[in-house]
Amino acid sequence: MFKLNEIKKSFLTSIWFMFLTFPIMVIKVNTITDTVEWRWKNLAYVGIGAFILSFVWRWALDRRAKGGKAKKDKTGFNDTILSRTSQLKLPAIIGLGLLVVFLPFFSGMYTTSIVTTALMYVILGLGLNVVVGLGGLLHLGYAAFYAVGAYTYALLHYHFGISFWVALPLGALFSAVLGLLIGFPVLRLRGDYLAIVTLAFGEITRLVLENWNDFSFGPSGIANIARPGIAGVKMKLPQATIFIYFIAIAMVILTIFIVNRLENSRVGRAWEAMREDEIASQSMGIDITKTKLLAFSIGAVWAGFVGVLFAAKTTFINPASFTVWESITVLCVVVIGGMGSIPGVIVGALVFTLLPELLRSVSEYRMLVFGIALVIMMIFRPGGLIQKTRKSYKFKEEGDGK
Amino acid sequence: MKRTSKLFAIAVTLFVAAAFTLSANGQGDGETIKIGVAGPHSGDLASYGIPTVKAAELVAEKVNAAGGIDGRMIELVIEDDVCKPEVAANTAAKLVGDGVVAVIGHICSGATKSAMGTYLDSELLAISPSATNPPLTQSGDYPNFFRTIAPDDAQAAVEVAFAYKMGYKKIAVLHDKGDYGKGFAEFCKAILEADGKAEVVLYEGITPGAVDYTAVINKIASSGAEAVIFGGYHPEASKLITQMKKKDMDIAFLSDDGVKDDTFIKVAGEYAEGVYATGPIDTSSNPMAIEAVKAHQDKYGEDPGAFFINAYAAMLALVNAIDVADSTEYADLTNALRSNYVDTPLGSISFDEKGDAIGVGFAVYQVQNGQYVELK
Amino acid sequence: MELDFFFQLLMSGLTRGSIYALIALGYTMVYGIVKLINFAHGEIYMIGAFTALIVSGVLSMYGMNPVFIFLIAITAAIIYSAAYGVTLEKIAYAPLRKAPRLSALISAIGMSMFLQNYVLLAQTSDFLPFPELLPEFGFLDSVKSIISTNQFLILVTTAVVMVLLTLFIKFSRTGKAMRATSQDRDMAQLVGININKVISITFVIGSSLAAIGGVLISSHIGQINFYIGFIAGIKAFVAAVLGGIGSIPGAVLGSFVLGITESFGTGYISSDYEDAFAFVILIVILIFKPSGLLGRKVSEKV
Repeated sequence: MFKLNEIKKSFLTSIWFMFLTFPIMVIKVNTITDTVEWRWKNLAYVGIGAFILSFVWRWALDRRAKGGKAKKDKTGFNDTILSRTSQLKLPAIIGLGLLVVFLPFFSGMYTTSIVTTALMYVILGLGLNVVVGLGGLLHLGYAAFYAVGAYTYALLHYHFGISFWVALPLGALFSAVLGLLIGFPVLRLRGDYLAIVTLAFGEITRLVLENWNDFSFGPSGIANIARPGIAGVKMKLPQATIFIYFIAIAMVILTIFIVNRLENSRVGRAWEAMREDEIASQSMGIDITKTKLLAFSIGAVWAGFVGVLFAAKTTFINPASFTVWESITVLCVVVIGGMGSIPGVIVGALVFTLLPELLRSVSEYRMLVFGIALVIMMIFRPGGLIQKTRKSYKFKEEGDGK
Repeated sequence: MKRTSKLFAIAVTLFVAAAFTLSANGQGDGETIKIGVAGPHSGDLASYGIPTVKAAELVAEKVNAAGGIDGRMIELVIEDDVCKPEVAANTAAKLVGDGVVAVIGHICSGATKSAMGTYLDSELLAISPSATNPPLTQSGDYPNFFRTIAPDDAQAAVEVAFAYKMGYKKIAVLHDKGDYGKGFAEFCKAILEADGKAEVVLYEGITPGAVDYTAVINKIASSGAEAVIFGGYHPEASKLITQMKKKDMDIAFLSDDGVKDDTFIKVAGEYAEGVYATGPIDTSSNPMAIEAVKAHQDKYGEDPGAFFINAYAAMLALVNAIDVADSTEYADLTNALRSNYVDTPLGSISFDEKGDAIGVGFAVYQVQNGQYVELK
Repeated sequence: MELDFFFQLLMSGLTRGSIYALIALGYTMVYGIVKLINFAHGEIYMIGAFTALIVSGVLSMYGMNPVFIFLIAITAAIIYSAAYGVTLEKIAYAPLRKAPRLSALISAIGMSMFLQNYVLLAQTSDFLPFPELLPEFGFLDSVKSIISTNQFLILVTTAVVMVLLTLFIKFSRTGKAMRATSQDRDMAQLVGININKVISITFVIGSSLAAIGGVLISSHIGQINFYIGFIAGIKAFVAAVLGGIGSIPGAVLGSFVLGITESFGTGYISSDYEDAFAFVILIVILIFKPSGLLGRKVSEKV
C-alpha cells in the first residue's frame, strides 16, 4: 500500500490543499481593526491532515470500486434485504417498540422533546417520499405545506379557539388543497424545472406569511398556541410533552401503514411507473394528470399533519421556521435514508435530527462535520442508507429470478 | 444483509444513545443554585448571544468568590437556541429538565415567546436582556417574563419624538422584514400616522442579503423624504447608508438599537458620520458599568459586545431577588423582583407588574467623529 | 423626474442582472456538461470575495497603489475560486457521476454547508467591511443619480466577460469540445474528447466568473460575510432555469429578466415582495415555456 507512487500522490495532494487553504486558513484579516494575523500552524495541520486523509480516501474509493463489483457478482439483481433480515426483524422490532413506549418515562423532557422532533421528520420524510421517491417528482417547496398546517391551527385557534383535534384534519385538508393548486400549473414541468418552480412556490408562501401582517401577523408570529389536550383537560408541561410524543408515535405508525398500503396499491404502482417513464406509462393507460396531482396532494397531507403538531408543540410559530432550508432538510432525510424505502426514510430522519444533537459537544464544528458527512454518505452509499428493494416475483427455479 | 442489519443496529444505538446521553445530566444536587443562560451561541446571530453568557459568568464568579448566596454557589447552565423558535422550545425543555431556578434570556423575541410557555408551565421566570417585542410584557400572557431593556414601542416613541424635534415633515419608514425591525417600524409608522405631525411617504421592507439596494434607494430619493427611519440590524443599515451617501443623497438616517452598535461605525466607516440611532441611556459614567466592562476586559481581553450591560443587570437583579426572597420558589422570586430596587450598571432598577424594568429608557445618539455620542 | 426614476430602476436592474448572470453562467455551464445542479456554486462566489478581501487587506497594509491592489486581488480571487471549483468537483461530484442524480445534489448541499462553515470558523461570523477597490470616475458625475461608477463598472465588466466567453465557446478548440460534451457525452468520448479535462475546464471557467461577480458586488455593497453565497446562489439558479438551464445565452437573458423584474417590482410596487416578483415571473414563464426562455426543447424518448 505504501508504494512510492502512492506517497508521491499524497504528497502532491497535501501541497495542493496547503495552497488551497492558505488565504482562508492562514491569514486572518480584520478590516475593522486593520490587523492581520498569520496562523502558520494551520498550514502544517492542513498539510499533515491532507497527506493522511488522501491515503484513506484512495483506499476507501478503491474499496468502493471493488465492493460494488463483488456485490453485483454475488447477488445479482434482486437479493431482497427483507427476506434476509426477517429472522432479525422481529426481535429488533419488539426491542424498538419497548424502547419507544418507555422512552419518555425514563428519560427527561428534553430527550422526549428531541425525539418528538425526530418523529415529526419521519412523517415529513415519508410524506415527501411519496412525491420524490415514488412519484419521481423533485419537490423543493415542501416547507410550504408544513407551514399551511401550522398556520391553519395557529390562526383557527387564535380567532375561533379551535382545538388541536379539529385542526388536525383541517390542516391536512388545506395542505392537500394547496398541493393541488401547486400541482396544476406544474403538470408539464419535469426534473430541475419542477424543482425550481416548487422552490418558488414554497418561497412565495413564506413571503406572503412574512408580509401580509393582517392575515398572518407577519414576522412576529403567533404565540400561545394551545398544546393538545383530551376533553378539555389542560395538562402540565411534562405530561403534555409525553402526550405529544405519543401522538407523534401514533401518527408515525399510521403514516407507515398508509404509505405502505399505498405503495402496493394501484396508485402506488402508477406512481412508480410514472417515475420510470412518463410517456410509456401514459401509453399503458395511466392518467398522468390525476396520478401527479394525487402524488402532490397526498404528499402534502402529511406535511399538513406535522405542521399542526409542530404548532402545538412549540406553541409559537413564525415564518422563519419554513424556509427553503427546511424543504432541503426534508429532502436530505429522504435521499440519505434511501429514496422510496420506508425503513430508509425512518433511519434517515433519525440520523438527520439526532446526529446534530449528539454532536452538540463539538458545537461549533457541528455543521462542518455534518456537511462532510452528507458528502461521504452520498459517495459511499449513493442510494441511501437503506436502499429500496423492488418487489420481485421469483420463479422457483434455480436462476437468479430476473 | 449484514449491512442492513448493521444499519438497523446503528439506528437503534443512536436512539438509545440519544435517550441516555441527553438525559444523563438531569438531576441537580440541591447544593448549588442553577441558573439557565439561553440565547444564540452559534450561527449568524451568535454575536448577540455570547456577551450575555459572559456577563452571567462574570456575575456568577463574583458572587461565588464572595461566598455565594447564603452559602450556596451559583452554577450556570448554558444552552444554545440559535434564535430559532423551534429550537428554543427544546432548549427550554432542557433547562427545565436540568433543574434551573430561573433563566437569563432568551435573546430574540421569537425564541423567547416559544420558550416562555414552557417556563410558565414549569413555574420558572426568565429575565431577558434584549427581547424588546412589546407583547411579551403588555399582553399579560407571560407573567413570568421580565426584561432589562425597554420595549420597542417606547423606543419608537423616542425615535419619532426626535424626528419631530428635528422638524422632519416627510419620513420614509423602512425595515428588514425581521421580527425586531418590522415590529419597530410598525410602531414608528403607527405613531407618526396617529399624530399627523409628519407624513409617512414610504413604508417598505427591504430584503436582507440582497445583492443590491439601489432600487429601494432610488425610491427613497423619489419619494421626497427628508428622513429615513430604519428598523433592523447594522449590516443592512450600513449597506443602505453607504449606497445613499455614494449617491450624494442628503437625507437624515435614523435607526434603532440594533444599529447603535460600534460595529456599524466600523463597517460603514466614513459614511456612518451623522447617523442617528436610539439606544439605552448612556451608562458609561455609571461606576458599576465601568467596573463590569473592566472585568470583561480583564478576563476576555476585549470590549464587551451587544446587550452585555443589560445582561449584567439582569443577572444582578436575579441574584438579588434570590438573596432577598431567601428562596428559589417562583412566587417568592417574582415578588422580590417587583418589590425591590437593585443597583445595577443600568442604574437603580426594579420591575413593574408587567415585567418591564423601571428606570430603563432610551436616548438618541449620533455618530460624531466615528463615535456614538448621546444627544441631550 | 418620472423618466429619471425609470432609468434609475433600469440601471439598478441591469446591475443586479449582471451579477446574477456572472453566477448563473457557472450554474448553467456545469449543468450543460454534467447535468448537475452545483448547489455549492454560491459558496465559490463567496470564497472568491473572501480571498479578494484577505489579499487586499494584507496588501493595503503595505500601502500599495489601489489599482495594483485591485488587479492582484481579483486575480487571486479568480485563481482561488477556480481551484476550489475544481477540487470540489474532484471530491464531491466525480465519484458520483454514475450515481442517481439526487445523490449528487445532496452531496452538493453537503459541500455548500461545509464551505460556509469552513469560512465561518477559519475567519469570522461578523460582517467585514470590504475595501473600495473599484476606482471612481469623474466623467459620470453628470448622471450620478442614474448610474454610479460602480454600477457602470459592473455593467462594462460583465459585458466584456460575456463577449469573451461567447467567443471562447464558439471558436476555441476547448469550447467546441465543451459543446460536444454537453450534447452527447458518450459520443464526445468516442471522438476522442477527454471528458475529465472538459469537466475541469468548465468548473474553472464557471468558478472564475463567480469570483469576478463576487469581487464586483462586494466592492459595490461594501461588506461581506460567510453567508452571502446562499441567497445570491439561489437567485442565480432561478435565473439560469428561467433562461433555460444548460443554455449560455439563456442564463444571461434570464438574469437580466430577473434583475429588471425585481428592480421595477421594487420601484413601482413594493420591495416587500421583491423576491416574490422574481419567483412569480419564473412560474409564469415556465408555465408557458416549460424549458425556459431559450432552453432546448428535448424531444422525449421512450
